[in-house]
Amino acid sequence: MTHGRIKPASPEDSGDPKIDVEVIVNGEKVVRRVSVRMLLSDFLRHELGLTGTHVGCEHGVCGCCTVHIDGRSARSCLTLAVQVNGGSVRTIESVAAEDGTLHPIQQAFKECHALQCGYCTPGMVMNILARFEEPTPLDLSDDGIRYILSGNLCRCTGYVNIVTAVRRAAGLLGRA
Amino acid sequence: MKPPLFVYRAPRTLDEAVGALASDDDAVVLAGGQSLLPAMNFRLAAPSLLVDIQHVMGLKGIRIEDGLIVVKAMTRHREFELDEAVRHANPLIAEVMEHVAHIPIRNRGTVVGSLCHADAAAEMPMLLMLLGGSVVAQSLTGRREILAADFFQFHLTTSRRRDEIVVEARFPVLASDAGWAFDEMTRRHGDFAIVGVGAVVRLDAAGKAIEVRLAACGIAACPVRLTDAENLLVGTTLGASDLAAAAAAAAEVVAVPDDMHASSAHRRRVTATLVRRMVAKAAARARERIAR
Repeated sequence: MTHGRIKPASPEDSGDPKIDVEVIVNGEKVVRRVSVRMLLSDFLRHELGLTGTHVGCEHGVCGCCTVHIDGRSARSCLTLAVQVNGGSVRTIESVAAEDGTLHPIQQAFKECHALQCGYCTPGMVMNILARFEEPTPLDLSDDGIRYILSGNLCRCTGYVNIVTAVRRAAGLLGRA
Repeated sequence: MKPPLFVYRAPRTLDEAVGALASDDDAVVLAGGQSLLPAMNFRLAAPSLLVDIQHVMGLKGIRIEDGLIVVKAMTRHREFELDEAVRHANPLIAEVMEHVAHIPIRNRGTVVGSLCHADAAAEMPMLLMLLGGSVVAQSLTGRREILAADFFQFHLTTSRRRDEIVVEARFPVLASDAGWAFDEMTRRHGDFAIVGVGAVVRLDAAGKAIEVRLAACGIAACPVRLTDAENLLVGTTLGASDLAAAAAAAAEVVAVPDDMHASSAHRRRVTATLVRRMVAKAAARARERIAR
C-alpha cells in the first residue's frame, strides 16, 4: 500500500466499476450488471431476491451464507459475484421440491428439532447436502458429524439435535 | 458493500496476469479468496486492482514427478486433500489438510494462496517448511524457484515480489520408509493453530533415527523448523529422555508473546507436548512401514 499520496479517480464516474455476470442459479440462467465488489451473498439476496441465504458474520466464520458453487459447498460472503461468472450456484431455495415437500435433510431437521431460531439452518443444510453429495465415505459417529458441522455456528441448539438430524438424514438418503 | 473499491480483471493467460500485476503497485492476486476476501470485508486490505487468476490457462491441477508433488496455483485445498495419488505419495498431507479451516473453505481456498498469505499460525506454510519444499514465482522478467526457508519472512510476509505470481508449489513426496505425524491445538476445530507441530522420522534397522524433521506453526513470526530438537534426536533410539530433551529445545523456539488465545508459557508447554507426541507417532509409523 502507498501512503501519503492521494489516489487517482476511479475509472468510472459512478465510482464502482461494474461488470456483466452470467450465472446459473438454481438451474436458471441469470444475467446482471453488478459492481465488481458485490459479494455473492449480497448478489443472491439483493439482486436476485433469494433471501434464504443468510448473512451472519460476513468474514467466513459462521457458515450461515453457505451455498454450492459449481457443486461444492462454499461461503457466499467470501466470494465475489464476479468470481462465479460463467459458473453455477445452488441455494437453499432449490432444496425442497416445488410442491413444498421437504428434502430428507430438511425433514430430518424438522423431526429432530434441529433448529430453533433457524438463522443458521440454510447454511447447515447446504453444507450437509454438499458433503452427502461427495462420493467419499461418511463418518456418522458423533465426532465425524461434528467434523462436518464444524464450519457452521448455531447459537440456539447446542448442536445435539443437529447431530441426530444428520444421522437420520443419512438414513433417509441411504448413506447410513 | 463490504469490500472497498477496486478494479477487477480476469485474464485468460499468465502473460496478461503478470502484466496486470506489474501495471499497478497496489494490485493483488485473487485465487480462492478465502484469506483475501475476509481481509477486504474488514477493509484491512484495500487493493486498487484485483487480478483474478481462476481463468488463467495452465494454473490448475496437481502432478507428481521427480519426487515432487507439483500443485498449481488454482488447486483448491480440498482437491489436494482428496487426491489419491497425493495421499499415496505423501500421507502427511491429508493428515495436515483436515485441520485447514472447514470443508466449505477448503473447497474454495487454494494451497498456493495460503502459502502466499503466509499466516504464521497456518498449516500450509508449516507443511512446506517441514517437507523442505519450494514455490515457483513468475513475473514479466522471468521465473524463479524460492525455497520454503527463503520464502516465509514474517507473519503475512513472503519474499514474493509484488510483480510476481506464484504459479506452483512443490511438496517433496515422503520417503517410503518415513513415518509422519501432525497435530495442533485449537479452541475449536478449523481455527488457526495456537500451536501446530509436524514430524517426519526415518529409522535404521536398529531403530536409530537417521532423519528427523520437525516444524511448527503458531509459535513465531513465521513457520519454523525446530532444528535444535531435530539435531538432539538424530542418532538416538527416540527414547523417553531423548524426546524430553528435544521437547525442551523446541519449547525454547516459542517467540510469540502472550495473546488472547494463550500465554507464551502455555504455548511452550503445548509445543513441548506436541513435539514428544508427534515424534513418537511418526516413529511408530516408520516402524510399521519398515516391518511391512
